[in-house]
Amino acid sequence: MNAINYIKLEFPSLSCNEAFARTAAAAFAAHLDPTLEELGDVKTAVSEAVTNCIVHAYPDAVGRIGLRLRILHDGQLEIAVRDWGCGIEDVEQAMKPLYTTGGDERGGMGFTIMESFMDRLRVRSRPGKGTTVVMLRTIRSRRKRA
Amino acid sequence: MNVNTAFSAGRLTLYLSGELDHHAAREAARTIDELLDEYLPRDCAVDMSGLSFMDSSGIAVLVRISRRLRDVGGRVWIENPSGQPRRVIDASGIDRLVPVAAGR
Ligand SMILES: Nc1ncnc2c1ncn2[C@@H]1O[C@H](COP(=O)(O)OP(=O)(O)OP(=O)(O)O)[C@@H](O)[C@H]1O
Ligand SMILES: [Mg+2]
Repeated sequence: MNAINYIKLEFPSLSCNEAFARTAAAAFAAHLDPTLEELGDVKTAVSEAVTNCIVHAYPDAVGRIGLRLRILHDGQLEIAVRDWGCGIEDVEQAMKPLYTTGGDERGGMGFTIMESFMDRLRVRSRPGKGTTVVMLRTIRSRRKRA
Repeated sequence: MNVNTAFSAGRLTLYLSGELDHHAAREAARTIDELLDEYLPRDCAVDMSGLSFMDSSGIAVLVRISRRLRDVGGRVWIENPSGQPRRVIDASGIDRLVPVAAGR
């Protein structure tokens, strides 16, 4: 699929980069002239995916996180968040609401929130190799909507 | 992320402001734990009118407050959520555990 525009970022899995990642994603998505609500949805989904890399992929170390956003045809925004961390044994189980390996501090709602805020969510993971989360969201320009 | 408080008649109101993500949640949870220890409230209202962003890490903070209050037979509810935090509350279904107070 040909992208009209894209950005690629890479940053270490430090929690202070969560706010940076979602703000950068929102700034890029602004090209599509989204509503405030759509921008909030993009920020939320990026925050969830990036936090998962920091908390789960690299629990005891600082690793690399990749964030790629692409604008595809017809106002489709594609968000890809990638890590080279521990990976997920059973992706289907991990995506179920309330499923968590994070103990008391986590609720197991991250994937559920990503799913409800995006049009599509795809998770590819290999234990020991890493995880890639790809999300799609169509953003209709406010001008065209009017 | 900031937590301000008001206390009267056994009710502690926590006014959350700023952005409540994983980075902010650890400190917020510690601050709130200390406030609950200090005031020993019967009920706790979490006012979100100043909150501009929240994700699942904020949901976990709410679950934690609710657990602590339930242990002493108290109640917890959310007040004035709007915008993005409101959408996260709706998507997560946390309002079944910590209800959103009807607008006043
Ligand atoms: N990037 C990742 N690398 C390794 N494991 C992951 C990754 N993302 C998610 N997981 C696994 O999937 C589970 C579910 O993720 P999800 O985001 O839904 O919930 P959570 O992170 O545990 O809790 P919450 O997001 O509500 O704070 C995690 O507990 C973890 O076991
Ligand atoms: Mg998560």
